[in-house]
Amino acid sequence: MKRIALLPVGDFDRRLARRLCSPLAAEFAADCHLLPQSLDPQPMFHPERAQYHSSEMLAGLQPFAGPDNWRVVGLAAVDLYIPILTFVFGEAQMGGPCAVVSTHRLRQECYGMPTDPELLFVRALKEAVHEIGHTLSLTHCDDYECAMASSHSVEWIDLKGPSLCAHCRSVAKPEAVTTR
Amino acid sequence: MTTANNNNGSHGKGRLLIVDDELSVRDSLGKWFIEEGYEVFTAENASDALTRMAERRYDLALLDIKMRGTDGIELQHRLHDIDPEMITVMMTGYASVETAVAALKNGAYDYVTKPLDPEDVSHLVRNAIAHRRARMENLRLRTTMDEVVRPPDLIGGSAAMQKLRDAIETVAPTDATVLITGESGTGKELIARSIHALSPRRYHPLVAIHCGALTETLLESELFGHEKGAFTGAQFRKLGKFELAEGGTVFLDEIGDISLKTQTDLLRVLQEREITRVGGNQAIRVDFRCVAATNKPLEALIEEGKFRPDLYYRLNVFRVELPPLRDRRDDIPALVDHFIRKYSLAMNKRITRVAPSAMTRLQQHDWPGNVRELENAVERAMVVAQEPELREPDFSLDLAATANGAAGSRSLDDVERAHILRVLEECGGNQTRAAEVLGVDRVTLHNKLKRYGWTRPAAVGAGQK
Repeated sequence: MKRIALLPVGDFDRRLARRLCSPLAAEFAADCHLLPQSLDPQPMFHPERAQYHSSEMLAGLQPFAGPDNWRVVGLAAVDLYIPILTFVFGEAQMGGPCAVVSTHRLRQECYGMPTDPELLFVRALKEAVHEIGHTLSLTHCDDYECAMASSHSVEWIDLKGPSLCAHCRSVAKPEAVTTR
Repeated sequence: MTTANNNNGSHGKGRLLIVDDELSVRDSLGKWFIEEGYEVFTAENASDALTRMAERRYDLALLDIKMRGTDGIELQHRLHDIDPEMITVMMTGYASVETAVAALKNGAYDYVTKPLDPEDVSHLVRNAIAHRRARMENLRLRTTMDEVVRPPDLIGGSAAMQKLRDAIETVAPTDATVLITGESGTGKELIARSIHALSPRRYHPLVAIHCGALTETLLESELFGHEKGAFTGAQFRKLGKFELAEGGTVFLDEIGDISLKTQTDLLRVLQEREITRVGGNQAIRVDFRCVAATNKPLEALIEEGKFRPDLYYRLNVFRVELPPLRDRRDDIPALVDHFIRKYSLAMNKRITRVAPSAMTRLQQHDWPGNVRELENAVERAMVVAQEPELREPDFSLDLAATANGAAGSRSLDDVERAHILRVLEECGGNQTRAAEVLGVDRVTLHNKLKRYGWTRPAAVGAGQK
């Protein structure tokens, strides 16, 4: 069975990572497990931006991909960016095996709100499904309820669901997702 | 450089060209837009961008302003020369009012500062492409409309028709009010449609109203609209012709038939470009061009106190006089040919020409009902014709109304009256049928009969004073 490997970056909350395994496994009809190792984010830190370069982080995940791991998803709590944008919630290799998701801007505290662990879990799940969707060569979906809907703010993330719509399922490789 | 393409068939979102001399920017932005569903191409400098432009068309180009060699502002200029419809968005790491103004003056759609906010740039590109597509669709629709709203064909090569065409070409592109004069059936509405179709207002409506066919109150309601409850039966607000024609042309036919009260209201509309709906009290701005027409001598009506001179001067800015058909007999063969083709199609008949003797008769006829009468005569002949050629007996022409006939030295009015009354008699006093035969509308016939003092069919003989 194909396997999704979740790799914590730095001191990412392993309990949260563990909670993501089951719904991700169900969504992609795969086995999903949490790797015992973690990825050191310090080399990807850029003081001039005070952020972590997500593309460099993706490169750091590459060694974990291989025959054993169908997809590798890095889970980071730090703020990610790509050079041209102020931030990203995550990044993926289009059609490749690796993706990274950051929970930094998914936290309610980031917007001056009280901590909400449940909301953080739901947002992290949606973003993980979204980035894995990109690794299946899916682009953004016009259905705002689909996990592949474009969402550059948490308000849009909250609007969408944690699953791929029927269209995205049909576009993704048949073996990549569960049939419903 | 990189040619990136998504593979799930959704690049219908648009095709982008990213020009930046920093590899990391090109790569990261390109990849990000691919995830967004765009088809993305990148270029590292102006020369590379121009090569890309030669290869395919783009919906939008994101250009870095500060680049080695040719900068983004200059490149934007060159790209605009190649494809003026492509949208350009300028990017810079050095936000300044000067560069923003320079970019926008150059024709750029917008300006963004690095690093870009994901939500802002996503909305910007999506909206810009939607804007471009709406503009392109508008252009396509206008091209289609140009075909649809082509000016109607004006048939005939006579000097009178050439003069008429010149007049239309002169006045159509202006916004001047036009007064079209000519006998009934000479084609005044056709000329109004030609003027509208050749004017800059052609993409807006042409609204025609036959003033003579309506009572004073009904005409006011039609012209200016009415508010709900303005009068018994006014259950809803209704927009008048001037409002319906917003941006287009209002054609006021039979302007000589309107009452002095309506003339006063009309004068106000022409002067102030404002209307007030019947039953309303709010002035509403209206944007229209006025083309009016009449078969009556307005100057004589002014003398009689039946037409306001100030309204006349407002309407008579540019005058187009339509010659009666008897003054351009040379055009009759072309007109007959045109009507034969028109009705051959409509009637599915293979009639191709008119016998020379019949054509001679047609050219000798005076045609008091003008082109409309000629058209009716051809149509009627085609109904009865048994051969592929229209012959003299197929046309039921009145000898008295021919140029060489018994008209003698009588005035045109006398000839017209005699002809109308004879046709009416033949129709047993039925005005609707008589109007059809004469090729005029029933209201025109009714007005003429009223002028002749005609009463009822039983008294036709007595009515011919």
